[in-house]
Amino acid sequence: MVYYSSKGARMASEIVHVSGHIIDSLILPKILDEIMDLNGSFEILDLAIGKRKADTSTARLKVSAASPNRLASILKRLARLGAVPVTQKDAALVPACKPGVFPPGFYSTTNLPTAIRRGGRWLPVERIEMDCGIVVDRRGGRAACTPMVRVRRGQLVVCGTEGIRVTPLARSRTQDVFSFMTSAVSSEKPKAQLIAGVAEAMRQMRRRRRKILVVAGPALIHTGGGPFLERLIEAGFVQALFGGNGLATHDIESALFGTSLGVDLARGVSTQDGHDHHMRAINAIRDLGGIRQAVRRRILKRGVMHACVTRRVPFVLAGSVRDDGPLPDVLTDVMEAQEAMRRQVQGVGLALMISSTLHAIATGNLLPATVKTVCVDINPAVVTKLSDRGTFQGIGIVSDAASFLRELCAALRLSRR
Amino acid sequence: MCRPTHYTIAYEINPWMRLSRQANQSRAARQWQALYDLLTTRLHARVQLLPPARGLPDLVFTANAGLVMGRTLIRSNFRHPERQGEEPVVERYFRRRGFRIARLPRAFNFEGEGDALWVGERLFLGFRFRSDATAHEQLARIVGREVLPLELADRRFYHLDTCFCPLDAASALWYPKAFDRYGRRVIDTYVREPLAVSTADARRFACNAVSVGRAVVIQAGISRRLKTQLARRGFTIYEVNLSEFLKAGGSAKCLVLRLRRAP
Repeated sequence: MVYYSSKGARMASEIVHVSGHIIDSLILPKILDEIMDLNGSFEILDLAIGKRKADTSTARLKVSAASPNRLASILKRLARLGAVPVTQKDAALVPACKPGVFPPGFYSTTNLPTAIRRGGRWLPVERIEMDCGIVVDRRGGRAACTPMVRVRRGQLVVCGTEGIRVTPLARSRTQDVFSFMTSAVSSEKPKAQLIAGVAEAMRQMRRRRRKILVVAGPALIHTGGGPFLERLIEAGFVQALFGGNGLATHDIESALFGTSLGVDLARGVSTQDGHDHHMRAINAIRDLGGIRQAVRRRILKRGVMHACVTRRVPFVLAGSVRDDGPLPDVLTDVMEAQEAMRRQVQGVGLALMISSTLHAIATGNLLPATVKTVCVDINPAVVTKLSDRGTFQGIGIVSDAASFLRELCAALRLSRR
Repeated sequence: MCRPTHYTIAYEINPWMRLSRQANQSRAARQWQALYDLLTTRLHARVQLLPPARGLPDLVFTANAGLVMGRTLIRSNFRHPERQGEEPVVERYFRRRGFRIARLPRAFNFEGEGDALWVGERLFLGFRFRSDATAHEQLARIVGREVLPLELADRRFYHLDTCFCPLDAASALWYPKAFDRYGRRVIDTYVREPLAVSTADARRFACNAVSVGRAVVIQAGISRRLKTQLARRGFTIYEVNLSEFLKAGGSAKCLVLRLRRAP
C-alpha cells in the first residue's frame, strides 16, 4: 500500500524504482531533473552504485507532487525513462462466499480518501467510511465502500493491501481552527476565537454548498440550547440533524409544556408534577402518528423538531435500549438507523457534535476524514474520545451546550426573532 | 542481408513512410544489388542472406532483426504489430544456423541493431520511439557489458542507427539534435572523436552508414564537407544510392545486420 505523504495540502507521492547503467548514461540525473522540471520533488531512499563497469546500479526514489494528477503526469514521464512505481499490482479481488460476510483477508477501510488500482488505473473509492470493505462492481468501473452486513454473495471484495492507495490529510497551508488535533483537549483554551472560527467555517460550507450536520444529545435541550439550535436551522445553517429519542422528546416536551425533564426552562426550577411531562409528550406524539403530523396539525408549534419539519431539514432519530416510548419517528432497528445516517452524511462538509456521546461516535464512524468536525461537550473525556477515534480535522471545545450555541449564534449574527 | 523481393511501403510507422509515396520495386532491387556487390566484391565482406518472406516488407531491414553477440542472437521485440511477424522468421533462420537465441521478456520493446550500437566495449541503446529504456538492464545482463541508454528526441530519427554511427572504437558520426542534452553529454563523454553531421546530411541518412574496416558505405548525396572530414580521418567513402529505401526511413545500415563485430 502506498501512503501519500503529508507535506502541504493533498500532497501525493509514490515510490519508484530504477535500475541499470543509470549513472554513466545520466538517466538518474535526468530523472531527478525531470521531476523538478514538472514541479515535483523527490527523496532518494536508497542508491546502490555498481562497483565495476558492467555492474548495474539501483535507486529507489520517493516522488512527491502537489496533487495526484500532477504526480500521475510525472510518473508517466518517469516510466519512459525506466523508473517504475514499486507497487504496480492491481488490487486483489475475491468474491464474497456468503451474504454479509467478507472473504478472509479483506481490506478493512480507513476514513481517508482511498483509491484502488484496477486494470492499471486508479479508481477512487466512493462513500469512504472507516471499518468497511471495498466492493468493486463486476464491470470494474466503480469501487464503493460497503459495510459488512450489506455485502452480497458473489460481490467482488478488495483483499490484501496491494494496489490500494490511501491519502492522509495534510496540514493545511493556511492557519485555521481545524488544524490537526495535536494538543490534548483542554477546558482552558480561549473559546471566543474557536467559536468565531467555527462560524467562519459554517459560512464557508454554505458558500460552497456543502452540508452542515448537527448531532445533538438531550443535554442540549436541558441546558436551554434548544432556541439557539432552532435559530441555526431557521437561518439555513443546518442541513441534517441526528439525535436520539431523548433529544426529540425533551424538545417536544419543552415546546408543549415549557419544561425539560420537568424542569422549567424559563425559570430553571422543577415544576410540580413535571416529572411525567416527557412521557405525556411522547404519548401525545404517538397519538398523532408522528412529529410531522403534530406540526401539520399545529399542535407542535416551536422547538428544534418543529424547525426541522418546517424548514424541511432531514433528521434521523436512532433509538437505544433505554428509550421511553419511543416516538414513532425513532428508528429502533439500529442497522436501519445506521443506513439512514449513512445516506444523510453524503455531501456533508462540516459536522457539529454537541453534547452527545453515542450518536456522535456513531456519526464519526460514518464520516470521511475530509469532513471537518466540531465536538462540543462539557466533559473533556467525550471530546478526547471522539478525536481519538480517527477524526482528523476536528476541534474539541469543552463547553456547556447552550453557552456554545449562544456564542455561535452571536458570531453568525443571528438575532433573536 | 535480405533481398527486397517483397519490399514495399505497406504501412506508415515512421515519419518517412507515406503510403502515397510508393517504392519502385525494380529500382529498389537494383539499388540493393549495388550495395550487396559493393560489400561482397569490393570490400570483401562475407554476407549471409536471409530468405525474403511474403507479407513482411520490412524484413529487408535486417539490422532491426536483433543483436548478434558471438554465437547468440538477442532477438528483437518489435514495438509495432506490423513488424512483429518478422520475429519468428528471424528466429528460425538463426536457430538453423546454430545460433543460440536470447529473448527479452515481451514487455520490453527492443529493435536490435537499429537501436543498439557498440562503441568499443560499450553498447549504446537508443530508446523512446521503438525500444524501451527498461530493456537496457536486461540487455546488460545478457551482454555482460555496460549498456548506456540514450533518449532519442526527434521522431524523424526514430532508431539510434539513423542518428549515430560508430565508425571504429573511438569515432562515430552523429546528429546532435536527435538527442537531448543528457544524450549529447553521454556521447561527448564516451566517444573520443565524435563527428557531428549537418541537418541536411542527417536527413540524407548520413548516419545510417556501414563501416567495413576503414571503408564507410554511405548514402549518396552527402555534403562535400562531411566527405572531407571523413577522408581527413583516414576513411574511404563509398557512396551508394538507396533512395528507394529512404522512402521507408532506412539506408545502408538498416539493410545490414552485423554477424561479427569488427575486431
